[in-house]
Amino acid sequence: MIMIADVYIELKEGVADPEGEATKKALRLLGFRKVKNVSTRKVFRIEIDAKSKEEAEKEIREMCEKLLANPVIQRYRIIWIE
Amino acid sequence: MDDIKVAVLRIEGTNCEDETVKAFRSLGVWAEAVHLKQFYSDMIKEEEQRSIFDYHCIVFPGGFSAGDYVRAGAIFSARVKSVLKRDLEEFIKEGFPVLGICNGFQVLVELGALPGFDEDKPLAEKPEMALGINESNRFECRPCFLKHENRGKCVFTKRIEKGRILMFPVAHAEGRVIFPKGKEEEYVERLIENDQIVFRYVDDDGNYAGYPWNPNGSIYNIAGICNVRGNVFGLMPHPERVFWRYQHPNWEEAEKPGDGRVVFESVIDYLRTL
Repeated sequence: MIMIADVYIELKEGVADPEGEATKKALRLLGFRKVKNVSTRKVFRIEIDAKSKEEAEKEIREMCEKLLANPVIQRYRIIWIE
Repeated sequence: MDDIKVAVLRIEGTNCEDETVKAFRSLGVWAEAVHLKQFYSDMIKEEEQRSIFDYHCIVFPGGFSAGDYVRAGAIFSARVKSVLKRDLEEFIKEGFPVLGICNGFQVLVELGALPGFDEDKPLAEKPEMALGINESNRFECRPCFLKHENRGKCVFTKRIEKGRILMFPVAHAEGRVIFPKGKEEEYVERLIENDQIVFRYVDDDGNYAGYPWNPNGSIYNIAGICNVRGNVFGLMPHPERVFWRYQHPNWEEAEKPGDGRVVFESVIDYLRTL
């Protein structure tokens, strides 16, 4: 069964996000004064062939721990697309 | 040891291997740039196949390995882990030196080789620190002053007296040393106690200072650290880019060594004792 998941890699609470900060500054300079905060995340769309969603999710968690996220500064979220 | 052999590892996107190889060769040591595939692929000609144990020192050079995709150093590290983990662990355990410069430091961090608190497990299961995006959100590329803080553990800086200030250039976008939240002080204390702090960023008077002297916002102004044993060393600044005096912005006597040469001389001294 082919399934598709979006894996969001986000900075943990309290870790500085200079890219988000710089983007916020630029947006405000452009006149978007209602912008209160901007933060960045990275999304990997993963197509996976597995027997069940549980099995696929287990694999994806392993991928996050082995490559996609550095647990010191990042956490991950898995959102199933189909 | 008579025939010291040094490997500078490369994959797609590394780009400082040539000057790093040249630094060693200029000191009379046999060195070569080796593609990671030469260690495992069966598509490689026999005469080009290599094992880690053909060498006495391994260097992860600067560059943008695998395009810095995912995180700087993450893909290079994942590939090393998949094919060389056990060999590299044994190599480090046996006391052979491993150096990571800039992107190479990022690789060592992602490998769990640094901070390297556990001597029996030289590659931690998961990364224990991160080299995050510079506080300035820019690529910082310029000369930097470093104070040598090591009390004698790091085999790459034994020839440098404690407190000496050197100039190495930096060129990176992700070099900010970050420790796990809530454990920052504990980590810094531990590194000091274990004599694992090697270089800290200072200003032109030798005082610890903020940006721009600390180019990336690293905690405790950390520029380079070694593992608990002192044989794995990673740093963001580039010693190989100031090997000759004329690579310094204000050079006068071309025949004098550049500030970075002493790093290579120190590890060669160490290799001769093995």
